[in-house]
Amino acid sequence: MKARVYVMLKSGVLDPQGEAIRHALGTLGFDEVDGVRQGKVIDLDLADGTDPARIDEMCEKLLANTVIESYRVELL
Amino acid sequence: MKAAVIVFPGSNCDRDMAVALRAAGADVSMVWHKDTGLPEGIDLVAIPGGFSFGDYLRCGAIAARSPICGAVVKHAERGGYVLGVCNGFQVLCETGLLPGALMRNRGLTYICRTEPLIVGECDSAFTAEYTPGQTLMIPIAHHDGNYTVDDATGAELSDAGRIAFRYGANPNGSVRDIAGVLSANGRVLGMMPHPERAADPALGGTDGRALLAGLVGAMAAV
Repeated sequence: MKARVYVMLKSGVLDPQGEAIRHALGTLGFDEVDGVRQGKVIDLDLADGTDPARIDEMCEKLLANTVIESYRVELL
Repeated sequence: MKAAVIVFPGSNCDRDMAVALRAAGADVSMVWHKDTGLPEGIDLVAIPGGFSFGDYLRCGAIAARSPICGAVVKHAERGGYVLGVCNGFQVLCETGLLPGALMRNRGLTYICRTEPLIVGECDSAFTAEYTPGQTLMIPIAHHDGNYTVDDATGAELSDAGRIAFRYGANPNGSVRDIAGVLSANGRVLGMMPHPERAADPALGGTDGRALLAGLVGAMAAV
């Protein structure tokens, strides 16, 4: 089985890289862009029947820093 | 006083730290990240700067889960002293020994220069040789030094005298100009600036020497 983990900075945490991307899009003429948030996508190749709770544990222990990041798991 | 300097793949300030600690009078051993325990009788663990594990995933994230870090956390929980500089500060935040996280610098650029640091109102062996409010000149060299904590934790750090150092001219966007933070018991310090790079008059200043000397002195006195 496969799972995809999305890791994003929590709302309220300033994202300097997202802000730089927004600025660059503005420079290219994409004036409609009001904000950009940048995150990570991590694909996991897992043993069949892996308990989804284990994936949450992976996120809590390593994949996300929950001080500043939130995560979402999608089973593929 | 016995100190251990932890070496990860990608550490690049480990030998500088060892040289500075030895000059301050410490008996220093280098400890590899795959070791599961610290040498007997270690008083201080120093986690050096660098790019442990290539900064993969997040700065310090992989190092914080390495075998030796389990022993470092136990050492801290027993009341042992830990100093994390630069990448070492990132590692300490990732282990949870210190609150907060270090994000990309506000200006997005890597910054390598000497910055004024202001000593905080705190009671610790790390700052014992300085006067609160004193300005030190200490080099910084980082891309991810933008210290972030929620408002409540930031206020708590300030009220409890746990902000060991503040930037005089905030270079990276850190909350409350924080450059260095202490644990609740005052025995774990994480800081982005490099005191070990300001410990020899031949190498651009000696303002960091008192931090290491104070630490060695405090432990020799025990």
